[in-house]
Amino acid sequence: MPQSSPISSVNDFVVRFANVNGSGSASANELFARAVLRMGIPVSPRNIFPSNIQGLPTWYEVRVTEAGHLGARGGVDLMVAMNPQTWDKDVASIEPGGYLLYDSTRPIPPAKFRSDITVVGVPLTAICNREYSDPRQRQLFKNIIYLGALTALLDMDVGEVEKLIGEQFKGKDKLIAPNVRALHLGRDYALTNLPCPLGLRLKRAQAVGDRIFIEGNSAAALGAVYGGATVCAWYPIAPSPSLAEAFSRHCARLRVARETKKNKFAVVQAEDELASIGMVIGAAWNGARAFTATSGPGLSLMQEFIGLAYFAEVPTVLIDVQRGGPSTGMPTRTQQSDILLAAYSSHGDTKHVLLFPEDPAEAFEFTAQAFDLADRLQTPIMVMLDLDIGMNHRLCQPLTWDDSRKYDRGKVMTAAELEAGKDFGRYLDVDDDGIPYRTYPGTHPTEGSFFTRGTSRDRYARYTEDGSAYVDNMQRLLRKFETAKELVPRPVARAALKPTRYGVIYFGSTSPPMDEAVAMLQDDGKHVDMLRVRAFPFHQSVADFVADHDFVFVVEQNRDAQLRMLLVNECSLDPVRLVPVLHYDGTPITARFIANAIGDHLDALKITPLRKVVS
Amino acid sequence: MTYLAKPKFYHPALPKNELGYTHRDYEGSVSTLCAGCGHDSISGAIIQACFELSVEPHKVAKLSGIGCSSKTPTYFLGHSHGFNSVHGRMPSVLTGANLANRDLIYLGVSGDGDSASIGIGQFVHAIRRGVNMLYIVENNGVYGLTKGQFSATADRGSKSKRGAVNSDSSVDLVAMALQVGATFVARSFSGDKRQLVPLIKAAIEHRGAAFIDVISPCIAFNNHVGSTKSFDYVREHNIAVNRLDFITGRAPIHVDYAPGAVEIVEQHDGSRLALRKVAPEYDPHNRLSAMNYLQERAAAGEIVTGLLYVEHDSSDLHEHLNTVETPLNALDTEELCPGSQALDQINAGLR
Repeated sequence: MPQSSPISSVNDFVVRFANVNGSGSASANELFARAVLRMGIPVSPRNIFPSNIQGLPTWYEVRVTEAGHLGARGGVDLMVAMNPQTWDKDVASIEPGGYLLYDSTRPIPPAKFRSDITVVGVPLTAICNREYSDPRQRQLFKNIIYLGALTALLDMDVGEVEKLIGEQFKGKDKLIAPNVRALHLGRDYALTNLPCPLGLRLKRAQAVGDRIFIEGNSAAALGAVYGGATVCAWYPIAPSPSLAEAFSRHCARLRVARETKKNKFAVVQAEDELASIGMVIGAAWNGARAFTATSGPGLSLMQEFIGLAYFAEVPTVLIDVQRGGPSTGMPTRTQQSDILLAAYSSHGDTKHVLLFPEDPAEAFEFTAQAFDLADRLQTPIMVMLDLDIGMNHRLCQPLTWDDSRKYDRGKVMTAAELEAGKDFGRYLDVDDDGIPYRTYPGTHPTEGSFFTRGTSRDRYARYTEDGSAYVDNMQRLLRKFETAKELVPRPVARAALKPTRYGVIYFGSTSPPMDEAVAMLQDDGKHVDMLRVRAFPFHQSVADFVADHDFVFVVEQNRDAQLRMLLVNECSLDPVRLVPVLHYDGTPITARFIANAIGDHLDALKITPLRKVVS
Repeated sequence: MTYLAKPKFYHPALPKNELGYTHRDYEGSVSTLCAGCGHDSISGAIIQACFELSVEPHKVAKLSGIGCSSKTPTYFLGHSHGFNSVHGRMPSVLTGANLANRDLIYLGVSGDGDSASIGIGQFVHAIRRGVNMLYIVENNGVYGLTKGQFSATADRGSKSKRGAVNSDSSVDLVAMALQVGATFVARSFSGDKRQLVPLIKAAIEHRGAAFIDVISPCIAFNNHVGSTKSFDYVREHNIAVNRLDFITGRAPIHVDYAPGAVEIVEQHDGSRLALRKVAPEYDPHNRLSAMNYLQERAAAGEIVTGLLYVEHDSSDLHEHLNTVETPLNALDTEELCPGSQALDQINAGLR
C-alpha cells in the first residue's frame, strides 16, 4: 500500500512519457498535449531528447496547468514508463503519491516498483500482439493504445483525441479508423480493468483563449517571411535546422508567384557555417534581406565573417538557437550560454546588437524586426533563441501584423539622388547618428560605386592605413551603437505588489518560470521588482533599474553569469549589487529553482550578524 | 600613400565601343602590385574583354578574397561595386550576391592560396551549385603578400626562391572544376593575352559556373629556375589545345578560318565561340575525355591551355532554385509580405 496518499489534482500536474527514440511515440504524445489544450486547459510540453535518431532514451513531458504556468515545473506526477532502459531512473523520479503507467505484459519484480506510488499496468504488448501481425503496426499502435488508456485514467474527452486524429490524417483517411480503433482498445481496457479515473484529472476549462500553440523555430521562420527575407543560407546544426526548414515550408506556401509559379525566395543549404554566413553577407550587400540560423558551434565558425559585416557595415540577420556548450557540449539540451560570444563576436573591437525573445510570439516579432534593424543600422543583428523556445510547442499570443507597415530599408542612396549630384561617401556620417548611406551594386553608371572591404578605409571607402582616419571610423561605429540603444526593443518592467529594495533581471526563455517564481515568492511574503531585458545594447532604463535597488538578482541559464558580465561591463555597474542565479545543467530553468535561490538569499539577508557591543 | 587614383585625362581619338565608352572607362586605380606582375596583365585582359563586349561597367560586381590576386579588382572596372571579402570565402559571398540580383555579371577573382588552400571548400561548392559567374584564379603557386611560401598549386619538386623543395603534391584546380561540374573550364597564361581575352569574353557570356585558371608568374617570389610557374617554364611547357574567337550574339557570324579547322559553339545567350582546334584529338564537349587528356599531358610535364570544356545547355543556380525573373533585391513589401489576413489563417491552424 502506498505510504503517501495519492496525489489528487485537477488540471494541474505533470505527465512524463519515457520512450525509446524512433519508436513513433512523438506523435501520440503530442496528440495527448493537443487534446488537453482542446479541452481549454493550457499545457506546456517539452521534448527531452538525445542527440540520436534511433534507440536512445527520449522523454516528452507535459505540464498541465490551468493557471497557465508555461515554464518547466520539475518533478513528475504521472510517469508513462515505456522504456526498460531508463525504468529505474524513471520510477525514482515520480513524486511521492504519484502514479506509474507501465506495460504489464511481462511480470516485473516487485522490487522494481515503489510503495509510495500508485502503479497502473496495461498489457500493451499483449494487446498489440493479439490485434496486429505487422511488427511496425505493433510498435506504432502501442503508443496510441496507451494514449487511449490515459483518456480513461485522466477522465479526458476522448472525442477531442478522435477529432485530432481526423485532422492529423486528413487526406490519408484510411489511417483514421485504425488509429481510432487502437485508441479505444486502450480506453476500453482501462475502463474495464483499472480504477478510472485516477487522482489526476482533466476537467474542461476556458483558460486557453485565443492563444496559439507553436514552436519558436517555426514562429521565427514566419517572422523572416513577414520581415521580407528572400535569401536564407544555412548549415544543419542542432537545434536550428527546423527553423530553416520551416522557412522553406512557409515560403512554399506564402511566397510563390501566383502566375509564374516561381519562387520569391532562395534557400541554400551551404557546405558549412562559414559559407552560410558568407552567402548572407553577399546577399545583404547586394540589397536582399538575408539570414542564417545556427547554434553555438556555428556561431563560433562565423566569427571572422561577423567581424567583416560589422566593420564593412553589411546588414546581417543571424538567429542563434542556443544549446548546451562549450564545444559540442549538449547538442539537444538548452542553455543561454552564447551571450558573450554573440555580443563581442570576432577579433578586434566589436559590439553587436542582440535580441532576446521570450517565446514564439516574440520570436516572430523580433525576427521580423531584425531585418528592419539590420537595414537601418547596417550591422549584424542576432536573434538569441534557445532550444527550450525553439524546439518545443509553446502556448503564446497569436501572431500579429500591421498591414500599414512598410519595410525600413535604411539609408540607401538612389540612382536619382546620385544623378542629382548628392555627395556619396560610403562611410560619411551625414546625420550624426553614426549611420552612413550605402548604394546597391548596379545603381548608377558613373556615381556611387565603392569598394567594400574588411581593411581600414576613409569616409569615401578608399583604402587607408592612416591612424586618424581609422580612429574616426571606429568612433563613428560607437556612435552607431549608441543609436541602436533607442531602436531596439525596450526592457519590460513589472513592479512588485509591495515596495521592495530588491529586483530581478532576466531574459529569453527564463520568462515563464520567472513569472511563476515571483508569484511563489510573493505567496511567501517576498517581493522583487522585475525587469525583462529584451535587447543588447542595454537601454538606459536597465542601469536605472539597478541603481534603484539594493540588490538585483540576474537569472540566467549559463555557468558564468554572462548577462551579468555584460551588464557590469557595459553599464559600469558595481558587481556586488548583481547577484547571479544560475541554472545550466541543460534542462530548462524551473520556477522552483528560481524561487528557492532567491528565497534563500533573501532569508540570509534577514539574519542580523552578531556584533560585540563596543562600550 | 596607399591609394592611387588614375588621372582621368585621355586622348580624344581613343576608340569607343557600342556604348560609347573607351578602354579607359573600364580601368580602375593604379596597381600597387610589383612591376611586371602577371596579375596586372590579367587585369588588363579583363578590361579589354569588358570593353570589347560593351559590358556596362556598373552592371558588374567584382568580388575577391584576400591576397595579391584579390587586390586586383581595385585596378579594373572602377565604376563597378567591389567586395574584398575574407580569405578563401569569396565564393560564398559571390553566391549570396548572385542570389540577391540575378541581373548583374559576377566576376570572382581569387588566387591559388585563396582557392586551393584556405578556400578549397568554398571553391568546390560554388562550382557544384552552378552559380552564374566567371571565377578566375590568378595562379602563381606562392603566397606573395607573406613573401613566398608555397601554395597548394605548387608542383611537387618545384623549388622556392630560397631553395626549399616542395614535397607535397599539387592541387589542379582545373581538374577539380571539371570533376565537380563546372560548365565552362579553361586554362590560360597571363603572358598570352591573345588566348586569354576571348576566353574571358566567352566565360562572361556563359550561363553557369565558368572557371578560368590563369597561370600568372610571381615576379618577386616564383620566377626563378626550378619554379614550374615562371614565365620561362610556362612558355616552354604550354600546349594550347585550341584557339578561341569570341563572337557576340549581336554580331553576324564571320569566321575566316579554313573550313574543317573551326568549330562554332553556340552559347545559351546566342553568342558564338569560334574554336580553332590545335590538338585535333581534343574534344572540349566531353568531360571525361577532357579530364583524361589533362591528366595524361600533366604526367608528361605539359601545361594544357585553352578552352578545355564547355557545356551547351548549361543551367545555373537560379534555374535550380526556380527563382522569379525579378531580382530578389527589387521585391518590395507588397510582394514579400503575406499580410495580416494570411497570418490570421495561420493562427487559426495553430489552435
